[in-house]
Amino acid sequence: MSRSSDPLRPGDHIDSPEAPAWQPGDPKLGVRGWARFLWRQLTSMRTAIVLLLLLAIAAVPGSLVPQRSSDPNGVIQVRQNNPGMVWLYDALSLHDVYTSPWFSAIYILLFTSLVGCVIPRLTHHWKAMRALPPRTPARLSRLVGFQTVAGDASDLERAERVLRKLGYRTTRYGDSVSAERGYLRETGNLLFHISMLALLLVVGPGSGFGYSGQRLLVEGTGFANTLSSYDSFDAARWFDEDEIEPFAVALDDLEVVYETDNPNAIGAPLDFTANVSVTEDGAERDAQIKVNEPLSVAGADLYLISNGYAPRISVRDASGQVVYDQYTPFLAQDDQMTSLGVIKLPDGLEEQLGLRGFFYPTAVTLETGALASAYPDLAAPVLSLQAFTGDLGLDAGIPRSVYALQTDGMTQIAGGDSGAASLTIPLGQSIDIPGGLGTITFEDVRRYGVIDVKVDQTQEPVLWITVVLVVSLLASLLIPRRRMWVKATPAGLELAGLARGEDPTLERAVDDLGKRIGQPAPAREAGAVDPAAAGRERRMDP
Amino acid sequence: MTPSDLDSFSLLLVYSAMAVYTVAFIAYAVDVARRSAAKPVAAEARVLVGAGAPLEPVTVAPGAAKPGRGARVGYVLTVLAWILHVGGAVLRGLAGGRVPWANMYEFALTGVAVILGVFILSRLWRDLNFLGVFMSGLATVCLGVATLNFYVPPTPLPPALQTYWLVIHVFVATLATGFFALGSGLSILQLIKERRDSGFLRSLPSGVQLEDLAYRVSVVGFIFWTFTLIAGAIWAEHAWGRYWGWDTKEVWTFIIWVIYAGYIHARATRGWRGSRSAWLQIVGLTAILFNFTVVNLFFKGLHAYSGL
Repeated sequence: MSRSSDPLRPGDHIDSPEAPAWQPGDPKLGVRGWARFLWRQLTSMRTAIVLLLLLAIAAVPGSLVPQRSSDPNGVIQVRQNNPGMVWLYDALSLHDVYTSPWFSAIYILLFTSLVGCVIPRLTHHWKAMRALPPRTPARLSRLVGFQTVAGDASDLERAERVLRKLGYRTTRYGDSVSAERGYLRETGNLLFHISMLALLLVVGPGSGFGYSGQRLLVEGTGFANTLSSYDSFDAARWFDEDEIEPFAVALDDLEVVYETDNPNAIGAPLDFTANVSVTEDGAERDAQIKVNEPLSVAGADLYLISNGYAPRISVRDASGQVVYDQYTPFLAQDDQMTSLGVIKLPDGLEEQLGLRGFFYPTAVTLETGALASAYPDLAAPVLSLQAFTGDLGLDAGIPRSVYALQTDGMTQIAGGDSGAASLTIPLGQSIDIPGGLGTITFEDVRRYGVIDVKVDQTQEPVLWITVVLVVSLLASLLIPRRRMWVKATPAGLELAGLARGEDPTLERAVDDLGKRIGQPAPAREAGAVDPAAAGRERRMDP
Repeated sequence: MTPSDLDSFSLLLVYSAMAVYTVAFIAYAVDVARRSAAKPVAAEARVLVGAGAPLEPVTVAPGAAKPGRGARVGYVLTVLAWILHVGGAVLRGLAGGRVPWANMYEFALTGVAVILGVFILSRLWRDLNFLGVFMSGLATVCLGVATLNFYVPPTPLPPALQTYWLVIHVFVATLATGFFALGSGLSILQLIKERRDSGFLRSLPSGVQLEDLAYRVSVVGFIFWTFTLIAGAIWAEHAWGRYWGWDTKEVWTFIIWVIYAGYIHARATRGWRGSRSAWLQIVGLTAILFNFTVVNLFFKGLHAYSGL
């Protein structure tokens, strides 16, 4: 029986003929022989399995150790907690597992193996799709679903028509019809593997373009899409600053809805809606950004990432002159939106002043006398600040985070161990700064939203590739590749099928064909297949 | 009826379902014991017929060890327990005013219902009643763990979960898990049967047949899992601004996908077909259970929806 139109498989595929073992008398391998041997090993199924399992194992450490890409703060924490192990983390790229040399080595080998396997199969399949179905075997009785139905050579034409209607490619060999179907199975298989490769090729270089930036916006403020207006900005390797799309976005207001009824979830956020004004090509329009509903502006996607409160705090000097008056973002620390913030006043007062403290949207006093927030919405907003005087350390030229106060060289004048109480200010009220420096007023409070701006050119091609990937996977796993023969004999029309690959419904298909082209002859006993034949069938056609 | 009343009724139904699953387990176990005592000759005949006609439903030749009354009672009880179970899941959804798979307790509740649903419906295709002990036992244990360790009162959906992707992505993931679990049950039996083929095991389909069934079921699971992965990526793009970020849950979904890809290759490879590929299938399900329990509870990541 010809196997020429079978899909080409690696040597150790279950459908491939077993290669003869090396005999002592066989010629030795030369350089070319060895190269061939190694290539065959690399493109074998066994190697693919081992590499797949290695890939699975190699992905595990990335879920155990914080990664720079997904958890940068975790990375910093791990390194601070284990200073003695930092060299090991770096030597093994444990914070960048998925771009590490060892992880890359595994998937590059896997894809090399894949390419080596797919290319010969592509050319083979191309030829197979144009080849005629193989010759009819001499003895159909050894094949699956063998049966004899009433009919003779004059029925073969009708049989051929029926088979064609069922999607088979047919040809005549003497007084028999040979048919084959399911070429799409191999097409799907090849296409699936090619899409995997395409995915890698698109994501790899594709992620070298585009950018992502983050900007905090207090209600009533906006920003223009330029590099300098971002709080943080990540440019891809080949990002060109001139390509940045000109648009502007202003946050008009941020609506947050909290649960008020369910006793198990009072204060749980139910909805975040950022109402924004977008200026694009000179025209302004209103738009919304919600969680799960990004806003698309000029090829960039805008996401609402987080939110918080920005109290407006003003500071007057001893003579009543305003030296500071700003909405200052505080960072939320818990579900009740207890928020931490810092204000630095290097100029304006007699001494440099640093303020650090909490904002409570709904302040309650605990039994210990400490303040806490009982609800995330603004029911009873209170600020509680510690004050420090001395050197803020801003003149040394070292970049300092606006959310951290370096108090090493400073004297605490309110809160903590200073002897004076923290400066607790309900909304709309003022308090004197100890030492007669001036007064602090809690003027107002607004919400802020953090907007992520992302440009990723790989998104669309990746989506299309995954569509192809799924469709081809379905084809390669669910379409049966099978052969069918109808042979005219004196006893009637003999029918039998042969599976090429997994094909659990082949026997049913032969029975069905039998019903379509004739009446079963009484000779056939249903289910009377001898076990030895079943075993043999299995070895040939899993 | 208030949401908390609905939730109480839901819990009542779930506890009842657990009780009935337990009785079903006992019925199945009695059947196994009875089948162990069946005459080996009869069992032989059944295996041969099975091997010769792998495409027919595994019908029992006259005189062979039929699935006894125990198995039939077990199946009926499993169906009854499942109806109670699904009722519990539906009431839980009504209590929350949303789909009942938004935290770990609900995911376990619905996930086990889907697994058992796949098992019950597989009856239409093939008689897999010999998996009854495994399936009813699994349901009892999983529901026990879920109600004892994962239970939280129903809470509204956080904004990140308020999208139809929750319905698609999570439900298809449980469906995939259901098929993989069924496949694992078959693979476990296959491995046991390869070691020791006596007693109850003689009344089962042959090792090769078990392997074929396991493979077919797992392939369906793999297709659903692939879809889960892609749907998750699309959702991640909407919610977090990137389709893939190696978040811990993404990593483990990827690992599971790769393991089952390995399994599908192993099944088609000389030297790997048989017990080796069966082991891979079981490793895959272990990774799924690990992903659901350990990764949910102890790993840091963006998928922090356990509610615990």
